[in-house]
Amino acid sequence: MPPETTAQGPVLRLSGITKRFGQLTANDGISLSLARGEVVALLGENGAGKTTLMNILFGHYTADAGTVEVMGQTLPPGQPGAALNAGVGMVHQHFTLADNLTVLDNVLLGTRPLLSLSPGRGAARRKLAQLAQDFGLAVDPDARIAALSVGERQRVEILKALFRDARILILDEPTAVLTPQEADALFDTLRRMLAQGLSVIFISHKLHEVMAISSRVLVLRHGKLVGETATDATDRHQLATMMVGAEITAPAPAEARPGETLLKLDNVSTARQGNRPGLQDVALDLRAGQILGLAGVSGNGQGALADLLSGLESPTQGTLTLADKRPDAWSPRTAVALGIGRIPEDRHKTGTIADFTLTENTVLENYATTARGGWMNWRAARTATDAIIDKYDVRCPGPDTRIRLLSGGNMQKLILGRVLEAAPRIILANQPVRGLDIGAVTYVQEQLIAARDAGAAVLLISEDLDEILTLSDSIRVISEGRLSPEFPRGTKTPTELGQWMAGQGFDHAA
Amino acid sequence: MRLEPIAAPSHARTLVPPAIAIAATIAVAGLLAALAGANPLQTFGLIVKGAFGSKFAALETLNRATPLVFTGLAVAVAFRARLWNIGAEAQLYAGALMTVLIGTQLGLPGPLAIPLMALGAVMAGALVLLGPVLLKTRLGVDEVVTTLLLNFVMALFISYLLEGPLKDPMGMGWPKSPSLPRDARLPRIVDGLRLHWGFGLALICAAGVWLIQTRTTLGYEIRAVGANPQAARFAGIPVTRVLVKTALLSGGLAALAGFSEVAGLKGNLTTDLSASFGYTGIVVAMLALLHPMGVVISALFVAGIFVGADSMSRAAQVPTYIADLLLACALLFMVLAILLTRFRVVRG
Repeated sequence: MPPETTAQGPVLRLSGITKRFGQLTANDGISLSLARGEVVALLGENGAGKTTLMNILFGHYTADAGTVEVMGQTLPPGQPGAALNAGVGMVHQHFTLADNLTVLDNVLLGTRPLLSLSPGRGAARRKLAQLAQDFGLAVDPDARIAALSVGERQRVEILKALFRDARILILDEPTAVLTPQEADALFDTLRRMLAQGLSVIFISHKLHEVMAISSRVLVLRHGKLVGETATDATDRHQLATMMVGAEITAPAPAEARPGETLLKLDNVSTARQGNRPGLQDVALDLRAGQILGLAGVSGNGQGALADLLSGLESPTQGTLTLADKRPDAWSPRTAVALGIGRIPEDRHKTGTIADFTLTENTVLENYATTARGGWMNWRAARTATDAIIDKYDVRCPGPDTRIRLLSGGNMQKLILGRVLEAAPRIILANQPVRGLDIGAVTYVQEQLIAARDAGAAVLLISEDLDEILTLSDSIRVISEGRLSPEFPRGTKTPTELGQWMAGQGFDHAA
Repeated sequence: MRLEPIAAPSHARTLVPPAIAIAATIAVAGLLAALAGANPLQTFGLIVKGAFGSKFAALETLNRATPLVFTGLAVAVAFRARLWNIGAEAQLYAGALMTVLIGTQLGLPGPLAIPLMALGAVMAGALVLLGPVLLKTRLGVDEVVTTLLLNFVMALFISYLLEGPLKDPMGMGWPKSPSLPRDARLPRIVDGLRLHWGFGLALICAAGVWLIQTRTTLGYEIRAVGANPQAARFAGIPVTRVLVKTALLSGGLAALAGFSEVAGLKGNLTTDLSASFGYTGIVVAMLALLHPMGVVISALFVAGIFVGADSMSRAAQVPTYIADLLLACALLFMVLAILLTRFRVVRG
């Protein structure tokens, strides 16, 4: 494409964007400019205001103050169509594709009038093929979305934006669902786009990716722009410090001393549920004093394994053995009674009851054991809650506060207290630090390590490979409901694990 | 426009919207009274006087409130667990039917008959709600539909019984059941005053439900299942069993309304035993925000409006429909007001 004359100034300029939600200032006077052929990384923890800022750019929210300019033109606020027409494309973290349509139909969706006699599919097909070739985004235009892998779906999302002649592409946490190899392929595509004069905003909280792809970094913290620097002039440590606002030290667990096997799965399969694969002929040993990390791309059977160990689901085949015994009736209550502590994936929907007080949430799992003849023992519940608030540093107005008023980190500390105070022999930690700020992350991880050192068997499920590599004494990879062999700490590189995450190696192992 | 939750509502926040709701209810109802050609102030005066103005009026209001407390509690208990029991009307008639059957067919002495009638009524009402809740938990059938439709099934069944096997031979052709013997009726609370022990039982039930909800594991389970079934299940609360228990409790409470109307007031079963008490129970429970003690107050309020409107209509020639309108306005405005105590409306 010929260079445009408007390329002198920035292609995108946000000036003084401010957005408040009630008491919370999600964006506080943020300004950002993006030049042609540039990747700007937007770095910040969950809740720092990245997504809000992009929603304002797209007209989903109306800013309380500030303006958005694309190619020198000010966009009218609150009109999602305006940004699209001006050439801004966005690839959301959660894809917005119609599963039952083909790739071509998804790309065309919304670009044609509803009732058109000449859909122009032939021309569209040629344009799509050209784009796919130019940017290295190979995908079959006639494949149904439902049949595509996550990485392929992301390519379709990018093609969708390019098909609409986007000159600015916003990627929101694009690598969260990718294996390391797929992430590398994505970066190749991005480099080709830059060479063609497109510009990219890359939203992430993964520092090594930001260092690898961006030319400038903007750091957000609590809704404020706290730093802007050329990527060459900084390093990961400095960015992390900027992002958190304090020095951080990653936990470094000491050598594990694995003991006896506390939980054993033999040839276990579970039922498939909708899009979620079940487990397939899985064998698993959880040993005392060891953290076993379960790596894998989201939606490959982690949920099935977590539900099985939580007691929500029973095996359709195979056996589950706990401390040499096979429980006859498998239910959440049995799981808790037999010493499994469970930190659920979704603390808002599964872990707590939003309209219950802290006290009521604390006793969710053990109210029946402290009750006397059907009467609640509120005094014991209150004492236990006070102890957890104190010991786990739960910041709250008091034990009678409804838990919905707490931050995610404090909610997770209460759940952690509830789990650990029951002195479980086995701990199932499903995404225990997702969405937490770094202070809380470190705290939760240290508590898990401490529980391991005290002799608990920990199963850590995470989609964040870095987290798995840092904490796990041993790693297994899950792919389409199958488990890889066990890899002790340090025996596999991220790239090798990535191959397992992509499903390679299972056939030889089986 | 969207709603934004308020973390810690101020006192003004919690008091002003309900006050405005009351004012708006009065304003709308006053306007309607004026449309009907009456003086609004006088109309309201007559309603209040008719409901609470004399000993007779107040006792009438208490009598009218009695079945509403039972059905209101039945709905409040079920709704707390997000079990949408719209069938209190059917459960009421099931209770009334069992009361009549035990009271007239077994020939037991009063002191034995009355507790047995109450127990039988509770079991019958519980049984009527058991079907829909099992269909819900086993097959996922919507209980709103099943409980609602059972109201009509039950109404027709009662009608059949009263025209057929249960028809009073001494009833001169009227479709009504034989009457309970004297000693199988609920005694009056104070001799000479027209208020029976059904009202006392209603108050005891309200206190009992409040105790269950706040102090027992069952109450805790019911609230947990209602507030977040997914978290309740994860924590190990047997969700299905709790729903079944809730249904038994709710159906039993609604059936006590039937028991109390038959044994305390009417003495026999007719097809017009309930003036839609089962449906009005939903209004009572919603106005009380599902709080069991609030149900008593809200039942008195609703009963007062009905009784007062009856008396007002005789004096001021305003149709009694104004009672229904008053209630409808009160409910709509109050629900909106309660929403506004917890959320603020923001633009954008």
